[in-house]
Amino acid sequence: MNPSTLASLSNLLIPTATIIYGLAMLAHAVEWASGLRVVKKDAEAKVLVAADGGEVPDVPADAAPADAVADESSVRGDQASRIGILLTVLAFALHAGGVLTRGLAAGRVPWGNMYEFSITASLAVAIVYLALLKRQRLQWLGLGVTFVITAALGIAVLAFYVPAGDLLPALHSYWLVIHVSAAAIAGGGFTLGGLASVLYLIKSRAEARAVDGKPMPAALRRVPSAESIDAVAYKVHAFSFPIWTFGVLVAGPIWAYYAWGRAWGWDPKEVWSLVTWVVYAAYLHARATAGWRGRRAAWVAIAGWVVFLFNFVGVNLLLSGFHAYSGL
Amino acid sequence: MSEVKDRIAAASGPEEPGTPPALGLVGWLRWMWRQLTSMKTALVLLFLLALGAVPGSLIPQTPIDPIKVSDFLAAHPKLGPLYDKLGLFDVYKSAWFSAIYLLLFISLIGCVVPRLSVYLKGLRARPPKPPRNLNRLPGYERFEIPEAGDVLEVATRELRKRRFRVQAYDGAVGAERGYLREAGNLLFHFSLILALVGVAWGSLFGYRGTVLVVVGNGFSNSVAQYDDFTPGRAFSGDDDLPPFSLTVKDFQAKFQEDGPQKGAAREFKAQLTYQETPDAPEKPYLLEVNHPLRVDGSDVFLLGHGYAPRVTVRDGQGNVAFSGPAPFLPQDANFSSFGVIKAPDARPATLGFEGFFLPTAVIGQQGPVSMFPDDLNPALVMTGYYGRPQPETGKPESVYQLDKTKLTQFTQNGDKWRFQLAPGQSVPLPDKAGSLTFDGYSRWVKLQISDTPGKNLALGGILLAILGLMGSLFVHPRRTWVRVRDEDGRTVVEVAGLDRGLERGLGDEIGAIVKSLKKQEQV
Repeated sequence: MNPSTLASLSNLLIPTATIIYGLAMLAHAVEWASGLRVVKKDAEAKVLVAADGGEVPDVPADAAPADAVADESSVRGDQASRIGILLTVLAFALHAGGVLTRGLAAGRVPWGNMYEFSITASLAVAIVYLALLKRQRLQWLGLGVTFVITAALGIAVLAFYVPAGDLLPALHSYWLVIHVSAAAIAGGGFTLGGLASVLYLIKSRAEARAVDGKPMPAALRRVPSAESIDAVAYKVHAFSFPIWTFGVLVAGPIWAYYAWGRAWGWDPKEVWSLVTWVVYAAYLHARATAGWRGRRAAWVAIAGWVVFLFNFVGVNLLLSGFHAYSGL
Repeated sequence: MSEVKDRIAAASGPEEPGTPPALGLVGWLRWMWRQLTSMKTALVLLFLLALGAVPGSLIPQTPIDPIKVSDFLAAHPKLGPLYDKLGLFDVYKSAWFSAIYLLLFISLIGCVVPRLSVYLKGLRARPPKPPRNLNRLPGYERFEIPEAGDVLEVATRELRKRRFRVQAYDGAVGAERGYLREAGNLLFHFSLILALVGVAWGSLFGYRGTVLVVVGNGFSNSVAQYDDFTPGRAFSGDDDLPPFSLTVKDFQAKFQEDGPQKGAAREFKAQLTYQETPDAPEKPYLLEVNHPLRVDGSDVFLLGHGYAPRVTVRDGQGNVAFSGPAPFLPQDANFSSFGVIKAPDARPATLGFEGFFLPTAVIGQQGPVSMFPDDLNPALVMTGYYGRPQPETGKPESVYQLDKTKLTQFTQNGDKWRFQLAPGQSVPLPDKAGSLTFDGYSRWVKLQISDTPGKNLALGGILLAILGLMGSLFVHPRRTWVRVRDEDGRTVVEVAGLDRGLERGLGDEIGAIVKSLKKQEQV
């Protein structure tokens, strides 16, 4: 196939993958919604039992009907979850094909501009997610992951698209492969870690409320305990942080030295990469500091993710600097 | 502790700043030191560092773009001086930013140095004795065997195989693993200090200069030849500069010729020859972006390029008043390049010209503009000035700007005089003041020559830091004990374990140890 056929194939695959990720997201939304609807029935059941049984609406009395409803919704939720994962795998295959054909069409690594970096970084999110799906049982992250990937691909296709082409002279370097892939993989990990931290906050709040006797929505009961979500979040961050350190504090400066004549020049992208690094360093320290463990540390991780996202998108759109790619 | 704090607060109140606090100076200093080196302070300083770095990316910075800074000052007459006072135009060299990172590094040193001695002591310590109630530990299994036999030796072998350090006790063995976690942690922090030392070294003993060289011309490495030269604080001058020289033989640029990215740069190549010392043989080098030339410890980078029209100016007496290339500076992506030509020796009137060189000239609504960065249709579009000859002042003048205070613009038929020339064409000046010939044009390259001596130390520091980081994140300390006890005439083997920090798989490992013990003992 010649480059232009490959480029058109890529232009076909990426939007299709986006739509299928969107469908996967819908399936996961149904999974969560089916869990949320039960809360009402759950509450009704409680009220009924309370009316019948007088003043003791305690656990044994209302557990049975609530669980029955929860089981039914759990089956539906499981089905939706499985469909979501299946669609994600399908979308991933098309997505990977789209990134590959883009790279072949341009005759280089597919991350030379904002559009390509978006499709490749979101592929990194999908790879990390699917790789850990079985081992860490990550299906509870499905909604967040499919949402982020759909949004990233959607914005890439609608706003950042540029046809496949050659690169600026400064990008003619094998450090492009090393530096950007490190940033993309670490970014994929930060994204999963950020999503897990959001869910950790939700789940730990629900757990705290459950201690006070408030019912937990069935959708949240399907999710692992706050403690194990936290463990997953930590693992993903611990995996990503050294890669990020290598990407922005080793590979980046080496390449910057060759291309621009200085290892570090406080370019906006460099500044925000350092800010990202410092915030995640603070996250790791927070986890080892009394009074910062748990919820506060999770907020720091989310702040790190927001800073990373701003660095990835905002710096290119809002600030000027050396990290301006062709077009965007 | 809060009582102590209250006392300190009372003692160091603002009323009597001169009197020593009740704790005594030493106590007060110790308290300060303890606060500074606490983890919470480190966290706060990390957040401050992150926050403090942000304004430098939002507000123009003098070291990066001084023109933007002066534009900003002109546009914000009230805010500008305030920003200037706060050091916001040079954030990363400002006192407050330096204070944050210096405090952070002092805090870091204060935190890790004591930990290093604790760690070194702990390194020689043996794994601890088993606690009395092993069954209270998070990992615990027990089984019975007919007789004690050599179960402890088997356990020792098994634990060693699992890379535990093992210590025999009376009727039990204690084992510990994961000493490298703290080692990694310490390595990470000390390496960051090393990297900072490398950065400081480079900024003290390094230098950086830029120079614009027209193709065909040469450059030799001495301070006077640079357009712009920034030495490190400990840099002594010409003696520290390696005595190389170079000549730019040729420069080629390629640009995207079609599609939405038309005009984007694709390739820059400068063919050089250089000599390491004045007596050394001449060597060729193809200088490209990403491929700097390394000579005698210094690096030569290709930073930019542009056009230099070659012009000959004849004065009213018919003498050549100026001849040669004049570098013009690109103003936009299509290399509309602005520049001046000065002929102060022209007589009877001195002459000066300013205007644009357009590599691909097209007549637009606003007049002639360049539509493409390459030289497809080059043109020189300028206007001219004349004035009374001035005595030589010896003051340095910019070669890119014309001082028009004592000059008058030529007019023709009542209008300001302008001309547009293609290469090879000439134009007579109004009032028989002379003529100007556009002989052709050359390209120029902007080179940076610099040396940053500490960069390998900084790089090594960061690489070691990553190694340490991986140790501290991926090594998991675990303690395990195996004990044989006599319980009402039966021989009971207990295996128990304890993790420091969140870790999974403790139960699995205890189970595996039990399994292998049972297998060896044929229970």
